[in-house]
Amino acid sequence: MSAQAVAQQRAAEFDFTRPPESLWRDAWRRLLRNRAAVLGGIFVIVVVVAVFFADDGIVAWAFQRDARPLLAPYGYKEVDFENTRASPGLRRTAEGRFPHIMGTDKYGRDVFSRIIYGGRISIAVGILGSLVIMVFGLSYGSVSGYLGGRVDTLMMRFVDIMYAFPTLLFIILIMVILGSTAGFPAIRNMVLGISLVSWMGTARLVRGQFLSIKEKEYTLAARMVGARDLAIIARHLLPNSLGPIIVSVTLGIPQLIMFEATLSFIGLGVPPPFPSWGQMLNEGWRAIRADPHLIFFPALTLSLIMLAFNFLGDGLRDALDPQMRGTT
Amino acid sequence: MTAYIIRRFLWMVPVILMVTVVVFGAMKLVPGGPFSTQGRPMSPEIRANFEARYHLDEPVWKQYIRYMVGDFVDTGNLRDFGRHGLLGFDLGPSYKYRGRTINNVLFDGGIVKAAVSVSAQLGTLAVIIAVGLGIPLGLISALKQNTWMDYIAMFFAMLGVSIPNFVLGLLLILIMLWLSLHNLPALPLARWGTESFGSWLSHMILPAITLGTGGSAIVARLTRASMLEVIRQDYIRTARAKGLTERSVILIHALKNSLIPVTTVLGPLMAAWLTGSFIIETIFSVPGIGRFFVTSIADRDYTLIMGTILVYAVLLVFLNILVDISYAFLDPRIRFD
Repeated sequence: MSAQAVAQQRAAEFDFTRPPESLWRDAWRRLLRNRAAVLGGIFVIVVVVAVFFADDGIVAWAFQRDARPLLAPYGYKEVDFENTRASPGLRRTAEGRFPHIMGTDKYGRDVFSRIIYGGRISIAVGILGSLVIMVFGLSYGSVSGYLGGRVDTLMMRFVDIMYAFPTLLFIILIMVILGSTAGFPAIRNMVLGISLVSWMGTARLVRGQFLSIKEKEYTLAARMVGARDLAIIARHLLPNSLGPIIVSVTLGIPQLIMFEATLSFIGLGVPPPFPSWGQMLNEGWRAIRADPHLIFFPALTLSLIMLAFNFLGDGLRDALDPQMRGTT
Repeated sequence: MTAYIIRRFLWMVPVILMVTVVVFGAMKLVPGGPFSTQGRPMSPEIRANFEARYHLDEPVWKQYIRYMVGDFVDTGNLRDFGRHGLLGFDLGPSYKYRGRTINNVLFDGGIVKAAVSVSAQLGTLAVIIAVGLGIPLGLISALKQNTWMDYIAMFFAMLGVSIPNFVLGLLLILIMLWLSLHNLPALPLARWGTESFGSWLSHMILPAITLGTGGSAIVARLTRASMLEVIRQDYIRTARAKGLTERSVILIHALKNSLIPVTTVLGPLMAAWLTGSFIIETIFSVPGIGRFFVTSIADRDYTLIMGTILVYAVLLVFLNILVDISYAFLDPRIRFD
């Protein structure tokens, strides 16, 4: 058949009624087909909703009253000296309240509720930290990648020097300098400290993306018709780098959560009585012979959340970059 | 190749210098001093005496120079350059452990028992586990792609990557406790033995497994991914066509090339262990330098902070150079970088 005839036949068979698919729609469908990623995503959403609605904090703040537990059966510092160090079980308490399904600690605080509240810290650090890292990493990487040449080399040398710093030590130093006081400042300090040592990966990634996209034909074309630098960055470089950036951010969240858990484990996190998973692990470790349930449940939750984010991140990577499929 | 190695080592110097400057500066920014964290309040005269003795009343830049070159700051005599200074390998006196120098705290105790050496032993064992477990696992997964072996291996790799290492350590301790409760053989948890290789191993194996498993998971996934790419390359096909045995094709040609991204990741991985070792050492009561990392900052023991961070940074840069060198060994194109 002649080329023209082939083309005509293809045109005749083509389904013009189906709307064109964008990269995102395509990636979304591929993501949904990955069961592990979907499970991970559902788990993440469930946890985020659960920690958000642990108590009716927003309503309470609006009405200027104390928050009452909503999804969590008990308050996070609600002590109960009748039921200290109770093992996990399904029996209702003597007063007829919700059973301590994960037991209680040595002050009688319900472990399950404390885990839900503690999840707030982890999720907050994860999300806020990712935002800060994205801002740092994107701006640094895009400048370095776009300008290229000696500026790029210099900026990347600085990144190399930053890599030489022991991350945990640096975070500890920063936390001690900023002082981890109660409440929001503690989270802010943690987020700042953790982001300061974790932004380099994103910066490198963005820079690599920019360096390669800069050479592509459509960038050249945009430059030829006179588009300004900022316009090129905004309309061509950034949107096309978004894929790997999203994957890297999603896979970075478990690292942030782990940093937060490590910091609270050594006592540099949010101060008690507000719970945090790392802090609960610390308390549980001290009582590991007597009350293993104190360590088991926070450890389980921490691992599950990180597993979920990792599955989700892997699924996103497979969905957004089809060539990598099968080589996870 | 030698030029490449020399260039890499030369880079160590400015990087370490930068680290000393930044850490010294950050340290001085921390509020409070080593003498305000004592139980007894100190009279101002005694405190002034202390600060004069340890030169803490001097301007910060002068303290830094004193830290680096020691007595040279006072005497100006070239022979004193580096005496009691960093450039003479003297890390200064410890503020927390009065009467002991940092060199004594970190390095003394003989080649086996010194704190630095213990942490190094732990790290080395962890590397052996990570590489020894991860590479074969990844290799087998790649060769038997999409079989049940592959799926199981990758599932465990996923677990290893997700579970934070101290959580794994705590779970292992739980298991050991449960085992000893039911009178089953379990590995010892506290104390650290040097009497024999057997006791050393039995004490080291748990923390090493904790540290190494995460790394082995990463290594396994990476090895698998890059092996999958490599065996589809044309040069592998050529090697087979040339008639080489399958074993040499895989083990020599394919593996050598697929180890390149694995080596790249080993540098930051070992860095993560050096810092993560603190918690593992605390949990398993290993007498390494990990505990000095955190306690020194809380105690504001300036010289100890500097000492531990410097040991860490030097080790890290050195390890990265080793990684770079093996990189160049695996991929000859890099030697001309």
